[in-house]
Amino acid sequence: MLKGKALKLGDSITTDHIIPGRYAHLRSNLPELAKHVLEDADPKFTSRVKKGDFIVAGSNFGLGSSREHAPLVIKMAGVRAILAKSVARIFFRNAINLGLPVLICNTDNIDDGDKLEIDLKAGTIKDTTNGNQLNFSQIPDIMLAILDKGGLIPYIQKYGDFRL
Amino acid sequence: MSKTLAEKLLNQESGNIVIARVDLVFAQDTTGPLTVRQFQACGFKRLANPKKTALFLDHAAPSPNQEISNDHRLLRQFAQESGCLIYDVGSGVCHQVVAESLAKPGDVIVGADSHTVTAGALGAFATGMGSSDVAVALALGKTWLRVPESIRVAVEGEFPAGVMGKDLILHLIGKIGADGATYKALEFGGDGLENITMSQRLTIANMSVESGAKVGLFPADKITRDYLSAQGRAKDYKPLSADEDASYEKTINIDLASLEPTVAKPHSVDNVAPARELKGTKIQQVFIGTCTNGRLEDIAIAANILKGKKHHPQTRLIVAPASPSVLLEAMREGYIQTLITAGASILPPGCGACLGLHQGVLASGEACLSTANRNFRGRMGSPEAFVYLGSPATAAATAITGEITDPREMM
Repeated sequence: MLKGKALKLGDSITTDHIIPGRYAHLRSNLPELAKHVLEDADPKFTSRVKKGDFIVAGSNFGLGSSREHAPLVIKMAGVRAILAKSVARIFFRNAINLGLPVLICNTDNIDDGDKLEIDLKAGTIKDTTNGNQLNFSQIPDIMLAILDKGGLIPYIQKYGDFRL
Repeated sequence: MSKTLAEKLLNQESGNIVIARVDLVFAQDTTGPLTVRQFQACGFKRLANPKKTALFLDHAAPSPNQEISNDHRLLRQFAQESGCLIYDVGSGVCHQVVAESLAKPGDVIVGADSHTVTAGALGAFATGMGSSDVAVALALGKTWLRVPESIRVAVEGEFPAGVMGKDLILHLIGKIGADGATYKALEFGGDGLENITMSQRLTIANMSVESGAKVGLFPADKITRDYLSAQGRAKDYKPLSADEDASYEKTINIDLASLEPTVAKPHSVDNVAPARELKGTKIQQVFIGTCTNGRLEDIAIAANILKGKKHHPQTRLIVAPASPSVLLEAMREGYIQTLITAGASILPPGCGACLGLHQGVLASGEACLSTANRNFRGRMGSPEAFVYLGSPATAAATAITGEITDPREMM
């Protein structure tokens, strides 16, 4: 069971919001890069986020670039999972590959600061602030297996190959 | 069972998950360093297929600062140790080089860059992934894929004068939205395809990811064959198309004759309007180039409009040919001389100003009309800058007047 608070963001948060190209020179210096996470979407994000929190976004989260640094700096900021109405394909895959769950659900009734409890195995999200319960869409088995091992690199280290 | 092109290329029905062999895998200088680190973190020592693995130094090349210089050095070292192909500074934009020299119909191509979809113009299942996926593809020579459902885009007719592939794809994205094809394949078909050149097809496939698509596919036909022959790669051609009665999630019909010069306004690609409606919008920088519109045909279109004219005094004009062969040919044809006479700055082959790293970074409050593929907030520099996307014709007309201009006014 994951427990944390919701940090609400809007629709269409792009990879340029998450880490703008102007910081590309910091991509091999992740601790410095992480200081700028989401600053173009919410300038206070780094001061608001606490370890174990959840990003709760609208539709098409993570559209744009294939830069895996985007989910990486979100994970480094302490975010434990991302909830969104929909998510861009490459970002979704990248986040799972880093062991960061991305859960597709209707986020309309979750408010900023709400306390959430997420059961990844059961597929449920409970908003303990307002008492609502939500289900999230099924994740393909291969992604669940990758998530279960903590990401693609540990998955491949364990199995040496993809397993369907 | 009739198949879509996506189903043929992956040899499975849509919805299924497959382990696919990878015919070409690549990364570039902003995603490559993490790819190399993930490869090493996984304990891999050898590439599955060094001669089908490529690294490109194009996004920030030549390097604008010492941090990126260190990243370039890391990629050069990796190439030397692993024996993979490396396209160093000045060798062009990865997707252009892939189209000219490496991709062929039927290939499965994985690149650590979202615009890897460009090679779908040649009938390749080409898709962008992140560094971990590409690191594993480097080592194993395979990846896993969910076979996407397809949306058919059926085109008929011919482009009117001043209208081109960029206007078609901007129109389409405006219609279906920036998430209108998420997880899906966009498959282009219809009688009008015979009127869409390979250069235009590459533009269209390139931007299919801006609607969320996993791939943007064209059949491999006579135009593909002629293109590959012109590149000295006639043997790489094989015809490929969807079955006649394949089933699609939906079909979108577009009459090319009905299109007009189209512009995407800040800060999303689906925020489109006809160029004529944006008259009066002042532009401080015009940028012509990139994997979207940095080919010979694009530079020729711009040069023909700018011939004998000067850029507006308050509007700087920057041109980046997408590859050395584009630059050489543009010089032979006199286009580069025309552009320099019109006051353009010519950049070395590469990504140029597209992603805000160097060579044309925007200041707060400035507006740019770019032929690239993204206009997200902060994309080209200041988060307080404004990026408009249009065709090379719209870009050239805008450079002359200093405000967004329908190119048909200049023709």
